[in-house]
Amino acid sequence: MVAPLLEVRHLRVEFPTRRGTLLALDDISFDIAPGEVLGVVGESGAGKSLTGAAIIGLLEPPGRIAGGEIRLEGQRIDNLPYEQMRAIRGRRIGAIFQDPLTSLNPLYTIGRQLIETIQTHLPVGAEEARQRAIRLLQETGIPAAEQRIDQYPHQFSGGMRQRVVIALALAAEPKLLVADEPTTALDVSIQAQIISLLKRLCKDHGAAVMLVTHDMGVIAETCDRVAVLYAGRVAEIGPVADVIHRPQHPYTVGLMGSIPAMDEDRERLLQIDGSMPRLNAIPKGCAFNPRCPKVFARCREERPDLLDAGATRAACWLVKQGVAA
Amino acid sequence: MTALVEVLDLAKTFDVSAPWLNRVVERKPRQFVHAVDGVSFSIEKGKTLALVGESGCGKSTVARLLVGLYQPTRGTVRFDGQATDAARDPAELRTLRRRMQMIFQDPYASLNPRWKVLDIVGEPLREHGLAHGGDEMRSRVTALLQQVGLAAADTEKFPHQFSGGQRQRISIARALATNPEFLVCDEPTSALDVSVQAQVLNIMKDLQRQQGLTYLFISHNLAVVRHVADEVGVMYLGRLVERAHKSELFSNPRHPYTRMLLDAIPDIHMSGRSRTPVQGEVPNPLNPPSGCAFHPRCPHANARCSAERPALNAFKGIHVACHAVEEGRI
Repeated sequence: MVAPLLEVRHLRVEFPTRRGTLLALDDISFDIAPGEVLGVVGESGAGKSLTGAAIIGLLEPPGRIAGGEIRLEGQRIDNLPYEQMRAIRGRRIGAIFQDPLTSLNPLYTIGRQLIETIQTHLPVGAEEARQRAIRLLQETGIPAAEQRIDQYPHQFSGGMRQRVVIALALAAEPKLLVADEPTTALDVSIQAQIISLLKRLCKDHGAAVMLVTHDMGVIAETCDRVAVLYAGRVAEIGPVADVIHRPQHPYTVGLMGSIPAMDEDRERLLQIDGSMPRLNAIPKGCAFNPRCPKVFARCREERPDLLDAGATRAACWLVKQGVAA
Repeated sequence: MTALVEVLDLAKTFDVSAPWLNRVVERKPRQFVHAVDGVSFSIEKGKTLALVGESGCGKSTVARLLVGLYQPTRGTVRFDGQATDAARDPAELRTLRRRMQMIFQDPYASLNPRWKVLDIVGEPLREHGLAHGGDEMRSRVTALLQQVGLAAADTEKFPHQFSGGQRQRISIARALATNPEFLVCDEPTSALDVSVQAQVLNIMKDLQRQQGLTYLFISHNLAVVRHVADEVGVMYLGRLVERAHKSELFSNPRHPYTRMLLDAIPDIHMSGRSRTPVQGEVPNPLNPPSGCAFHPRCPHANARCSAERPALNAFKGIHVACHAVEEGRI
């Protein structure tokens, strides 16, 4: 067993508001091993992007980490002062965001942005930094990188911009990449290109990835393990094939069943009635209990923690009883 | 079976020229985008035709042309045998409009935030004079809401009090208010989460079964299309490149672009298997490639493909616009 690259333990994120404190992430724990790709999946508002933001230290105020800890290679990073976190961000943790247009500065050439990132984090001269930047652009599949390095973001298409963003994230050879919905804004054909690029580059550079997405297809293709989030908690976590083919948590079962499949015909999709609770109205007990088809008395009273359920771990009382969902 | 909707050689060109002064000073020519360029299809009563394609391929423009939100540059739309543009008589046009309705993509933008649900769903009833008096209006709206799984008490709420999926149900209830036969659905579930998408798709299928509705379903998600459609049309840069029955299209795609699209979908069941991403991106619609618009990305392109534009021809029960398929090269 190798030491995990990233350890997240009992992470709590809360938002103080005028009408009381909202608990957005509640007791999230997971590890990422070196070189591993962990998928984080969930519906809007489940807290998946927030988990990523907490790890890279970019929680939007008034959001704050209220408990738990985050460790990168054994070093605690959740309570570091701003300047120290800045040195880690980009150098040891790279980030890719959903919208490739807003993550690049429109006023600087992409070369300048890449060289700045490289020189901030690595002790290299201007000319070497430029050569590295060109090499990175070539690696990400940008044609005529020598010329395009001096162009501005608006001169690139959406898919090309996302390639630049990936190059930027990998510029300082980080150990961990937090990718928040990297392909959501792109068309399917471009999405396929970007996903395979991301997979290949992270393997080549030995970077681990935390891939946040709502697309189970992307998860299935890319990840080693997957964590399913529901209402700010991990509902199920485990190897991707097990979670997809043998889900244990009723929410995961419903989620998988509601995705139209490409290889079977169904008259109706499995549906989970209702919708995810709002943060100010999370039900007592298991947060999923009002929508769960297998709910029983204990679910309404007590909150289950993650329990071993075969190959995966699921937060469900059924697992405790030895009944598969 | 009879076709409820027939579209013949439909085209829409948008003028995207720079303002007059810029054109004069900077000597820029006028510029046009051929958003939809000669699209023909028909939809049988009670069936669903899905149009798929990537951003900018013109699928939403087709939707808007069909319901009359845009006027076509060329071509005709016939609804139940009557040409929609020839029916110039406003009264006739009104009757036709009542029989076709539209559901939009963004449930946050398509509902007036200052209106109560009663007014939103009741508007088509009022507009077409289908409900008289407050009581009848209220009972009709309540019945419509119940049809889509909402409660009678919801009539007094505002859109912001609902989640995305519930808002899309309100949109569906509004579209159903006039008892239409034909619904144009422009990406109705793209803004929704998967579990909510499943709820909306189930409602749409149930309604189709109960009321014999005919759908034009626009989507970029092939898995969703496979679930809802009877027939599928694949669009690329304003033109239909392939049109076939669902089972035929998904099991045996002919056009290289259709094959590429199918290849590009991440499938949750082929865990670990890598797919071959296709190179290149959708070209700029302002300056589309010559000949077949797909030829710069096509692995089977030859000289003819870059020179001559293929027509959508019938071929063993399907329609495909490809020289390579026609010549038997693929």
